Amino acid sequence: MAQRIGRYTLQMTNRPTIEGFASVVGKKEMQGPLSSFFDLSFEDTTLGESSWEKAESRLQTEAVNLALRKAGVTAQDIDYIFAGDLLNQCLSSTFGLRSLDIPFLGQFGACSTMAQTLALASIVVESGAARKAAAVTSSHFCSAERQFRLPLEYGGQRTPTAQWTATASGSVIVGTSGKGPFVADVTVGRIVDLGIKDAANMGAAMAPAAAQTISDFLQDTGTMPKDYDLILTGDLGLIGTKLVRQILADNNLDITDVHNDCGMMLYDREKQDVHAGGSGCGCSASVLCSVILNRLQSRELNNVLFIATGALTSTTSQQQGESVPGVAHLVHLTST
Amino acid sequence: MLTQSQKGMNLLKKMTKEEYSKMAEKASPPSPILKNCLMAFLVGGAICTFGQFLVNWFQSSGLDLKEARGAESTVLIALTAIFTALKIYDNLAKHAGAGTLVPITGFANSMVSPAMEFKPEGYVMGIGAKMFVIAGPVLVYGICTSVIYGIIIYLFGWY
Repeated sequence: MAQRIGRYTLQMTNRPTIEGFASVVGKKEMQGPLSSFFDLSFEDTTLGESSWEKAESRLQTEAVNLALRKAGVTAQDIDYIFAGDLLNQCLSSTFGLRSLDIPFLGQFGACSTMAQTLALASIVVESGAARKAAAVTSSHFCSAERQFRLPLEYGGQRTPTAQWTATASGSVIVGTSGKGPFVADVTVGRIVDLGIKDAANMGAAMAPAAAQTISDFLQDTGTMPKDYDLILTGDLGLIGTKLVRQILADNNLDITDVHNDCGMMLYDREKQDVHAGGSGCGCSASVLCSVILNRLQSRELNNVLFIATGALTSTTSQQQGESVPGVAHLVHLTST
Repeated sequence: MLTQSQKGMNLLKKMTKEEYSKMAEKASPPSPILKNCLMAFLVGGAICTFGQFLVNWFQSSGLDLKEARGAESTVLIALTAIFTALKIYDNLAKHAGAGTLVPITGFANSMVSPAMEFKPEGYVMGIGAKMFVIAGPVLVYGICTSVIYGIIIYLFGWY
């Protein structure tokens, strides 16, 4: 049974198992440094569909089906699926998972969705409310651009702080059997807003939330950054990475030696013209569900903190000049 | 009674929005203004020079200056529409910035790119409605301003 430790952290005493996981990516992600770890990639960003939204839905369908297959189970075995994405009313999840016939709980956590859905799936399995649960999220560069920014063919310049929305999806099947990796703890983040209004600088908007959640977890568990092999933030990118390290260092928590960021890992930042790095739900989802879980499985990594970060913004709040609140959820993963 | 650790602590309690804003600004690399200006000057200049070439050519083919300018704009708009449709324009504009935005090419691109983008939403609510999503404000305020100027010029009898 999950046990609350400290103020914010839930310890999973039964340690739910990650029975299967899969990542599906687009062409640009496949040209990046993590290409050998992805399960499936598509050359054509439309995936042969008639709209970008349908293409993104397909990413989720493929990711869940692959994760189910790798776990050796079928959709019938899954009691709940937690899913979300960036599009209005999470339509990629609805359409992508419509045919699976699994009890569905839609989630919105912006780019923190992978940690949010994985945390919830782990909690329901830990509590015994579900025998197996699935978590999935996705993003698509083109569907995100058209919803949040400008048409693809519009001739504009991106600022150096802008991040590139990943065309990717990641899915995890959580259960009670198997060799791991395991979910050891979950810390749900609080909304943090330090007044950043520039929607082209999401990393800066989310960094305080990441720092807060990391500090909450370390305080609750009485551990230090050096106790972990890897502290992996969601998609803070270049600027957010600098800021989260700085905020924590100012509070005597130096994570630099063990820290990396999914937004910095997914692309070759210099060669692939992604400015400050990757972003979008699919960024942290595809990095987690490829290289990270693989290395936890092979025990090259043993003790990982995964903190996906979300910028809780909308086109309406941006147009009305509101700031960009951030949130970050933490999932503590272990190999044994 | 909760112990201190059960109450949690607020890491960011002491940080003000102003302090963080300064910190974020320091961590954010600035736009390469010099390079952007130079590219805008070169590309924008080249487009305008090409425009002037067209005007001269149309004039030499027998159009008067007003007609030649109209024809020149039409050619630039058509070329932009073609380059946008071929998905080349945005790759040029990424480097050129204001160089492609400020001439009439920027306006043409701002009409054609949403028209392409919103095709899946249909001809009426997609292409028809969304075509003006970027150019709309320019049209609204451009037309309003011209009406105000027109009234001023009329009142003072300057026409």
